[in-house]
Amino acid sequence: MSVSLTASLKKLGIFLAASVAVFVVFTLLISTGVINAYYKRILMTICINIILALSTNLIINFTGQLTLGHSAFMAIGAYAAAAISLKTGLPFVLSLIFGGLVAGLFGFLIGLPTLRLKGDYLAITTMGFCQIIVVAIQNIPQLGGAQGLPGIPGKTTFAWVFFCMILTILVLHNVVSSKQGRAMISVREDEIAAEAMGVNTTRYKVMAFTLGAFFAGLAGGLYAFLMMFIEPTTFNYFKSIDLVIYVVLGGAGNFAGCIASTSILTFLPEALRAFGDLRLVIYPLLLIIIMILRVKNIRVMRLVKMIGRHKGGKEGDSHAAA
Amino acid sequence: MPLLDIQNISIRFGGLTAVADFSLTMGDHDIYGLIGPNGAGKTTVFNMLTGVYTPTSGTMTFDGESIVGLKPYNITKKKIARTFQNIRLMKNLSVLDNVKISFIYQEKYGLTSAILRLPSFFHEEEDVQKKSLELLKVFHLDDKKDEMAANLPYGEQRRLEIARALATQPKLLLLDEPAAGMNPQETQELTELIRWIRKTFKISILLIEHDMRLVMSVCEKIVVLDYGKIIARGTPDEIKANPKVIEAYLGEEAAHA
Repeated sequence: MSVSLTASLKKLGIFLAASVAVFVVFTLLISTGVINAYYKRILMTICINIILALSTNLIINFTGQLTLGHSAFMAIGAYAAAAISLKTGLPFVLSLIFGGLVAGLFGFLIGLPTLRLKGDYLAITTMGFCQIIVVAIQNIPQLGGAQGLPGIPGKTTFAWVFFCMILTILVLHNVVSSKQGRAMISVREDEIAAEAMGVNTTRYKVMAFTLGAFFAGLAGGLYAFLMMFIEPTTFNYFKSIDLVIYVVLGGAGNFAGCIASTSILTFLPEALRAFGDLRLVIYPLLLIIIMILRVKNIRVMRLVKMIGRHKGGKEGDSHAAA
Repeated sequence: MPLLDIQNISIRFGGLTAVADFSLTMGDHDIYGLIGPNGAGKTTVFNMLTGVYTPTSGTMTFDGESIVGLKPYNITKKKIARTFQNIRLMKNLSVLDNVKISFIYQEKYGLTSAILRLPSFFHEEEDVQKKSLELLKVFHLDDKKDEMAANLPYGEQRRLEIARALATQPKLLLLDEPAAGMNPQETQELTELIRWIRKTFKISILLIEHDMRLVMSVCEKIVVLDYGKIIARGTPDEIKANPKVIEAYLGEEAAHA
């Protein structure tokens, strides 16, 4: 980890240049029609899922707190952003930020009591919290209840999701390579030793949870303005489990791996559509195979490179973050 | 005014009194030893001192302030640091990062500075990097700074744990069985190290240890615990000659050591 200003600026410059390049390539591909509307939507979903995965990554891989309810914060962000936009006509960007802030506030309030729990207890509690949020939304008629909330303006563009994704990568990268990140990692490594070295572990756990919730909320807002319609069941714990799979597969605390695994696993179900119902068998099978390869320490990144050499590669943004 | 003043602390777990009426006063630059048979309550005393347990009764004052009921991380901020009986390093982190953990509470920059990379971030991080490397250097671990802590040999892991504790800038260092698992050669080096730490860092040291040669040669005063009670206290020579200690812990041959 470099701490000098020049080294840091150089890294930032390279990252931003790579991001702009990737963005320009994809924008060109979209405008020339090489990437059609269908694939464009998948691409945007990938970007949103990357934001979600990275925010989960902060909590699970960096801070070592197994949360199975992260999609609840996405739900809160989606509903908060959509509702405020529909009711007050707040501009798109401000609605997004509002969604993130509300989710972050919930993250803070939920984190304070639940993060006293560890391991499987925390996992079950967060899962329960997720279910409570879903059921609560289903019973709020002002938010459309179980039928969902329609009529959200379709303001999310590729540029916006891409920008938000880059912003998330930058912010979270800066967090984990600061003293705050070091504190979070120390919580993961050994809570008792961390406390003995003067680290207020509760504070940093709640900080990770709140930050994670904020970005999940941001992703939720983007999702709402992309789909133009949201319903509670989209955000139930199956979505949370998906996020856990992305980050576990991505490798411990590994940004690039996380981005790669999220991209692949978001795209995979779409790519398998040709197999009809069989994809429900093939997808889990592939998951098992990838997990086995992971355990044998064959990184997703290396797999991507292997596939890339075969196909010429599309994983442009995956190596930018590390 | 003494640096550490413990008066009659006791702790009960249900019906069991683990430590009863423990008292100890330490001044600046003292090295004291805490000995006794296994299960006598030595580590429990450490755990009360460092806020892991709160004593059921009694008072503890450090540097003029009461430390009863403080959380472990706040006790560290009051300048008491410790090592653990079973080494508790961050095994998957580098040697350097292990030491840097101890500087977290001393760094002042906030989350905003971290995210926006404001000057205070670079300023303080460079400072911490420098201080950590200096500390590793005096512990002869600087050439292994990028090594994973788990890959260090046992003796160096112990050394790193002490370095990490010292990085919190303590006035009192608690060492819980620092010589456990060390061979005589390593124990000899540790003895020198402890003396050297006191001299260089100008701090007080309280240590739990079963290696009597280490305890007797390095400690100015020794407190003996048995079944949670203090059965003796005094200089190494007094302790060696104390019949109660010989019966409860040392055994006959140690009296001639």
